[in-house]
Amino acid sequence: MAKNDEVIMLDFWLSPYARRVQIALEEKGIKYEIKEEDLPNNKSTLLLQLNPVYKKVPVLIHNGKPICESLVVLEYIDEVWNHKSPSLLPSDPYHRAQARFWADYVDKKIYDNAMKFFKTEGEEKEDGKKGLIEGLKVMEEQVGGDRTYFGGDNIGLVDVILVPLFSWFYVYKFTNNLNFVSQESFPNLFAWAKKCTERDSVSKCIPKEQKVFEHFQQRNLLNSDQ
Amino acid sequence: MGEDNSNVVLLDFWPSSYGMRVKIALQEKGVSYECRQEDFEAKSSLLLEMNPIHKMIPVLIHNGKPICESLNIVEYIDEVWNHKPSLLPSDPYKRSQARFWGNYIDKNVYSRGKKVWNGKVEEKEESKKQFIECLKMLEEELGEKPYFGGDEFGYVDVALVPFTSWFYTYETLGNLSIEAFVPKLVGWTKRCMEKQSVAKSLPHPHNIYDFALKYREAHGYE
Repeated sequence: MAKNDEVIMLDFWLSPYARRVQIALEEKGIKYEIKEEDLPNNKSTLLLQLNPVYKKVPVLIHNGKPICESLVVLEYIDEVWNHKSPSLLPSDPYHRAQARFWADYVDKKIYDNAMKFFKTEGEEKEDGKKGLIEGLKVMEEQVGGDRTYFGGDNIGLVDVILVPLFSWFYVYKFTNNLNFVSQESFPNLFAWAKKCTERDSVSKCIPKEQKVFEHFQQRNLLNSDQ
Repeated sequence: MGEDNSNVVLLDFWPSSYGMRVKIALQEKGVSYECRQEDFEAKSSLLLEMNPIHKMIPVLIHNGKPICESLNIVEYIDEVWNHKPSLLPSDPYKRSQARFWGNYIDKNVYSRGKKVWNGKVEEKEESKKQFIECLKMLEEELGEKPYFGGDEFGYVDVALVPFTSWFYTYETLGNLSIEAFVPKLVGWTKRCMEKQSVAKSLPHPHNIYDFALKYREAHGYE
């Protein structure tokens, strides 16, 4: 790729979707600049212009051209910087299809339910919790033993997609009262998260606990008992 | 890549727009396959074995190995039978745009469409508005191009065109005229239907309508 590649990410520090993109850029050693958005109420003109459909982060801007939706961005990064390891997707079409399947599953089953759990109340919150646990149980079976990562021996698409959200449970002590996600109940996932967070790329990108705790506390997101 | 076509099986349910996507892709590539119809109410043990997570069609079974999720399957077909016509562009930026719109269609068309023909009566006007909004967004993306893929039929066209077999149902049960709102999109529909791969893969809109009526009778409004 050209030495004067310009890579910018429109970001919000807490967004686990944006973290995915940042981790991928870090893993591949791609130089990038972050433009922090003031969400949710003060979206920049640039964001509204470059992501008119969803008006959300992350947006990757590569040499002036925007790419939106984190899964789409990750595949783009993998294709454009395909000479830089690690490859996020395997080279074999069948295994690529499997990786994409699990990426979609993590998005729908785990992320959507986690967001429901954190952002809603009552029955919807309970639904979110149930869905999240079901999803994590499935993912628990997909890693461990001789599979260090979901990608196999090396970090891949599914790892990059799951780790930002899962780190909320693994890294942050204040979520301990959300005791339905624990080392006891998900030993494989915890071992996997430990491996991931030992990587420079991941540990650099995961927001610091104090900042997240204050944010969660301000918005009263820590009560698991409703 | 020379590929053996003799072991390609599609688990399908004929009114499913998602199943139609796979059929179109296989037809485009000239891949012969066996199509097995699933009964929604009584899923086969093969389906449950091949798609244990979602238990849904379509599932492509290639040489005994399952691939699930329709757009995933379309990409797989494009990669394995990588002779022309290509469904995805070769340029990474254009590919990202195609995937973005495929994802948009996945997130919006089915769910908004379903509310139009099977939603709560009191929410009908709002449901129609949301559905048309989504089609207008897509029409804007189409612009003046003959296909979403540009000059050539491609991935986004494959993703969207199956839902057009449901347009008659949306219009009749929703009491709306799609052409009045998105004439260019309807023009695109007619262009696509001139392609053999599409014409062979989409059921007649009246058959979809009959199916929808029976479904509504059996399941009630949602």
